[in-house]
Amino acid sequence: MTSALTDAPAAATAAGQEHWAETGGRRAEAIRTWFQPLVAGLAVAIMLTWVAVGHFDEIEVQTINFPTIGRLALQHVQLSLMITLLVVLIAVPLGTALTRHWGKPAAPLFLAIANIGQAAPSIGVLVLFYLAVYEAGWSSFWIAVLPIAFYALLPVLRNTILGIQSVDPTLVEAGRGIGMSRGTVLRRLELPLALPFVLAGLRTSLVLAVGSATLATFVGGGGLGVLIDTGYKLSRTPVLVIGAVLAMALALLIDWLGGLAERFIGPKGLR
Amino acid sequence: MAQTAEPQVSTIAEQAVSGVDIELEHVSKNYPGQRAAAVEDVSMHIPAGEIVIFVGPSGCGKTTTMKMINRLIEPSAGTITIGGQDNLSLNGDELRRTIGYAIQQAGLFPHMTVAQNIAVVPGLLGWPKQRIAARVEEMLELVGLDPGEFHDRYPRRLSGGQQQRVGVARALAADPPVLLMDEPFGAVDPITRGNLQDELMRLQAELRKTIVFVTHDFDEAVKLGDRIAVLGPQSTILQYDTPDAILANPANDTVAGFVGAGASLKQLTLMRVRDVQLTEEAITARCDETCEEIRQQLDERGRTYALVLDDRERPQRWVHIRDLPAATTLAEAGKPITDWVTTQSTLRDALEAILAEGGSAVVTKEKGRYAGTIDIHTVMDTISDLRGSEPRRRTGDPA
Repeated sequence: MTSALTDAPAAATAAGQEHWAETGGRRAEAIRTWFQPLVAGLAVAIMLTWVAVGHFDEIEVQTINFPTIGRLALQHVQLSLMITLLVVLIAVPLGTALTRHWGKPAAPLFLAIANIGQAAPSIGVLVLFYLAVYEAGWSSFWIAVLPIAFYALLPVLRNTILGIQSVDPTLVEAGRGIGMSRGTVLRRLELPLALPFVLAGLRTSLVLAVGSATLATFVGGGGLGVLIDTGYKLSRTPVLVIGAVLAMALALLIDWLGGLAERFIGPKGLR
Repeated sequence: MAQTAEPQVSTIAEQAVSGVDIELEHVSKNYPGQRAAAVEDVSMHIPAGEIVIFVGPSGCGKTTTMKMINRLIEPSAGTITIGGQDNLSLNGDELRRTIGYAIQQAGLFPHMTVAQNIAVVPGLLGWPKQRIAARVEEMLELVGLDPGEFHDRYPRRLSGGQQQRVGVARALAADPPVLLMDEPFGAVDPITRGNLQDELMRLQAELRKTIVFVTHDFDEAVKLGDRIAVLGPQSTILQYDTPDAILANPANDTVAGFVGAGASLKQLTLMRVRDVQLTEEAITARCDETCEEIRQQLDERGRTYALVLDDRERPQRWVHIRDLPAATTLAEAGKPITDWVTTQSTLRDALEAILAEGGSAVVTKEKGRYAGTIDIHTVMDTISDLRGSEPRRRTGDPA
């Protein structure tokens, strides 16, 4: 067992370094993990306390009440989740297709289109889309969701392509060499190994979706943007502040959840 | 590992060949848009149960040729039969499930545990879960990794040598008759590489697969190969023979150049002391004989040296006739033997001992008993015979 003897020191040093990194980084790790949700939670708590005990005039009271805020927040979450769902359903299969040998030539075209979606101001995309379809009688929910999804598409699309491309070609060949079909290689090797990239892209898309969902109010889609818009138009600062802070806190929470997902959903052997 | 190897050694002879023949007939590979073929009209027979090494410079098409056997690369022309069956008769994916495949740096899937990696091919073949689980344990044992320790590890937490072992276990998991190995030990350090090579030879003695092994390292080829195919550009076969024959008679200058310097020394590592005729002319004496008796014997035969053995016939010392008058007992006369070889040693080791001892080395057989001596002329004659040239004339008494 000579080789085991020669292998042993290397393994021991590796394990030692890992142990050091774990103990040394634990406090930093805890701060990274809990700081963001604490800030967001605190912001939400302060706003809700203010809603409960603050004195507001009769115009303000029409929006600053728990049922209205709850309804708008729920709408906001619904908008964001639907946008994200659409992004995943479109960008992951599309990105995968664009890495297949038959799809590769089209990749630059689709990336360019998605890039336009992201580079153009989201409010512009939203309003143009509204103008294009408002006579077709679509619900305002979908009029808001579709353009924002288009806007938030790029990170997931780009990272799906990047993730699959970054899979070591020798692994793909090893898979083929031991008898995996192309489909099996995609399902069991390429997609799992690309998952960390896809999740990172998804996190970015989520944040874009939550932020952009505040614009849904301009096409009647609701969400916390309603508070911001109302507060601004009626010069009621409390309404504006409560809407803005809640939207911000929601974005922070979603980003935090995305970060957790990246850490815990990704393939174990790569962590 | 050495311990687990021991009991199997005795069964090597009875172990049935589990490999099958591979036949390449006029196999070529042309890539579209390239005038020259990557592989041009290669025909060769790979016998069942042997390790055949494809060796040649980078880019000579040796890997391409190997990959056409499992159709990772589809041949443009020619046929390849494996165990008498045309390799085009199966779907490519199904074909590859019946052929083991190991590559450089192992190519383990980093998101799967060691056990999951090994279980891939049995899984693709639809084996029942229990059989797969049992097979995984068996394979880990086979390649000398403790299942308890390594089963659930991820490849990232293995050394290069351990990864390579898992790679071999994965390749052998479905018990394929044929194993293709593409520079499998190319990326590990020399010591680990030597161990892995020894391991492979042990496994092969046990399993008797047909192994096609690609390397650019000629020493590795000599060590592992039953046969070596030295390949030139477009995978043309420059020479296809046993390591002995290639070392002794390189077919042409290109092969000679590839064999490289030190061909004679490499050849000596292939031969054992038991393969050559030992000299048994040395005068031997037992410790309990008197100095006077030995002196008489040496005088009678006109010799100057005697070899002193102990009561179990183990060689102890060389005694010169000049040492005798001053000595009281044979047990202390002359000089002790510092370096000797056994009949199992390679001729290269014997040469080393000869140089250290000055002219000839003592050879022992089982239990360290005296078997004879080997001298520099025997070694030189052996090399000459292998090269097919006139043996050198012996000159004088070596001792």
